[in-house]
Amino acid sequence: MIVYILRRFLGFAATLLVAALVIFLLLDLLPGDPAQFILGMNATPESVARLRMQMGLDVPAPQRFAGWIWGMLQGDFGMSYTQRAPVAHLIWDRLGVTAPLSLFAMLISMVVGLPLGILAARRRGKALDTAIMVLAQTGVAVPSFWFGMLLALLFAVTLGWLPPGGFTPWHEDAGAALRSLVLPSLALALPQASILARVMRTALVDVTGQDFIRTARAKGLTMGEAVWRHGVRNALLPVLTILGLQFAFLIAGTIIVENVFYLPGLGRLIFTAISQRDLTLVRGATIVLIIAVTLTMLVTDLAYGLVDPRLREGPPS
Amino acid sequence: MRRLLAHPSLAIGLSATLLFALLGLVSLVWTPFPIADIDIGRRFLGVTASHWLGTDNLGRDMVSLLMAGTLTSFLVAALAVGIGAGIGVPLGLLAAAWGGPVEWLVLRFSDFIFAFPAVIVAILITTLVGPGAINAIIAIGIFNIPVFARVARGGALSIATLDFVAAGRLAGLGNTRIAYRHLLPNIMSLLIVQGTIQMSLGILAEAGLSYIGLGTQPPETSLGLMLRDAQGVFLIHPWLTLLPGIAIVLIVIGLNIAGDGLRDAIDPRLRQGPTNVLA
Repeated sequence: MIVYILRRFLGFAATLLVAALVIFLLLDLLPGDPAQFILGMNATPESVARLRMQMGLDVPAPQRFAGWIWGMLQGDFGMSYTQRAPVAHLIWDRLGVTAPLSLFAMLISMVVGLPLGILAARRRGKALDTAIMVLAQTGVAVPSFWFGMLLALLFAVTLGWLPPGGFTPWHEDAGAALRSLVLPSLALALPQASILARVMRTALVDVTGQDFIRTARAKGLTMGEAVWRHGVRNALLPVLTILGLQFAFLIAGTIIVENVFYLPGLGRLIFTAISQRDLTLVRGATIVLIIAVTLTMLVTDLAYGLVDPRLREGPPS
Repeated sequence: MRRLLAHPSLAIGLSATLLFALLGLVSLVWTPFPIADIDIGRRFLGVTASHWLGTDNLGRDMVSLLMAGTLTSFLVAALAVGIGAGIGVPLGLLAAAWGGPVEWLVLRFSDFIFAFPAVIVAILITTLVGPGAINAIIAIGIFNIPVFARVARGGALSIATLDFVAAGRLAGLGNTRIAYRHLLPNIMSLLIVQGTIQMSLGILAEAGLSYIGLGTQPPETSLGLMLRDAQGVFLIHPWLTLLPGIAIVLIVIGLNIAGDGLRDAIDPRLRQGPTNVLA
C-alpha cells in the first residue's frame, strides 16, 4: 500500500511540475514586454529596464522558472501588478467562493444522482427506470450556466426566494453567503447528477448479474439486501472514477457559472487578469486550478486503492 | 443501412442531429435576414409574420441567428473532434501496436492532458493571442486527444490478440502496417461512436467558452455567444436566452441518442455502457 501511495504522489508531483513548465513557457513566449505594457508606449527605456528588474524579468528564464516553483512551494505566487497585492492572497480570497461552490455542487450531485441511479437499476425496465433515464439524458444535455439562468429566473425573479446574483462575504453574513450559493450549486449539480445516475445504474446492473450476488442470495439474503450489502460497494468503483474525472468539468463549470450569478470567484479574477494582461495573476490562478484537478485525480486513485485492494498491486488500468 | 435504422433511438437521434446540421448549412447560402442586419428600431420584437422567432437586442432576426449559430457550434465541435481523433487515434494505435515504453509514454501523456480542462487551455490561449473561435477549437481539440487515444488503444488491444493479426505478423507486416491495415479498420465503429459523443461535449464546451468570452467573437455568432449577448437583458427578455439554450439541449440530446443508438446497432454487447463516455 505504501508503494502504491508513493507512486501516486510521485505521479502527482511530476504532472504538476510539467504543467507548471507548460504554463510558464506559454506565457513567457508571449510577444511583447510586460514591463513595456504596464508603463505604456511613452515610457523611457530606463524606467522600463528598472521595472523589468523589479519584476525579475532580467533573470534568465530557467532561473525565473525555478524561482516561481520555489516561491509557490513557500506559498508565494508573486505580486499582481494590476491589483498591487500578492497573487496568493487574491486567489485565497476568491477560493472562498469557488471552493465551496464546487464542493456543494459535488455533494448535491451525489445526494441526488446516486440514489436515483440505484433506484433505476433496482426497477430496471420499469416505468420509473425509463423516467429517471430520460431525465438523466436531458440533464446531461443542459449547459449548467444556462440552467443557472433559468433557475435565477424562476427562484429569484418570479418567486423571490433567493438572490439572483451577487455575494455577501462569509464573515459578514454566513447565511446570506450560503443563500447566494444555492442556485449556482444546483445549476452545476444537474449535469453531474445526471451522469452519476447513469453510471451508478449501469454499474449496479452489471454487478447484479455477477456470481457473488447469486451466492449472497443463496445464503438467504433478499435481493434488496444482497444488492445493498455487496452490489453497491462494488458498483461504486466505476462511479468513483467518473467522479474524479468529472471534477475537472465541475471546476470548469464553476468558472462559467460564477459569471451568471455575478459571483466574485476565481473565474472573475481570471477574466479581469486576462483583459489587463496581468500575467503573474493568470499564471498563478491557472496553476491553482490545475492543482485542484490533479489533486482530485490523486485522491480518486488513492480512494480506488482503498476500496479495491486488488488495485494496490499494479497501476489501475 | 436498413439494419442501422432499425434502432429507433438511432433513427431519432440521427434525424434530429441532421436536421440541425442542415439548418446550419443552409445558413451559408440563405437566412431569412442577414445576421449582420442591425436595426435598433425593430429590437425585442416578439413572434411576428416576418420574424418567426422575434428579434434580439440589436434587432437581428432570431431565426437567422440561430441558423448561423448552429453552424458555428457544429463546426467548432467537428473540428475539435478532427483534432482529437487526428492526434489521439495514431497515439492510441502506436501504444497498442508497440507496447512497452511507447505505451507507457502515451498513457502518461494522456493522463497529463487530462489535467488541463478545456477552460484552462482556452484561458492560456486567449491570454497569448486574444479571444476567437480558433481558441475554442484548439482547447476542445486538445481535450479530445486523450479521449480518442484511450478508446483507440483499448479497442486495438482487444483486437491485437486475434488470429488474423498474428497471421499478418507472420506474413511479415511491421507494426505500422498492422496498425493501419488491421487494427484501425476494426476500431472504426468504436471511434465513430466516440466521435458522436465528443461532438455533443464539444457543442456544450463551445457554448460555455463563448459565453464567458473565450470563444467565438462578433460579428460571427454561435449558440454560446447568443447566450452571452442575451445575458444583460435576460430578466426582461428571457425569450432571447431560452431559444439558443433549447437549441443546444436539442442538438446535444440528438447527438447523445444517436451515439447510444449507434453503439447498440454496432455492438449490442456494449449496450447500456455510458461508462466509456469519458474513460
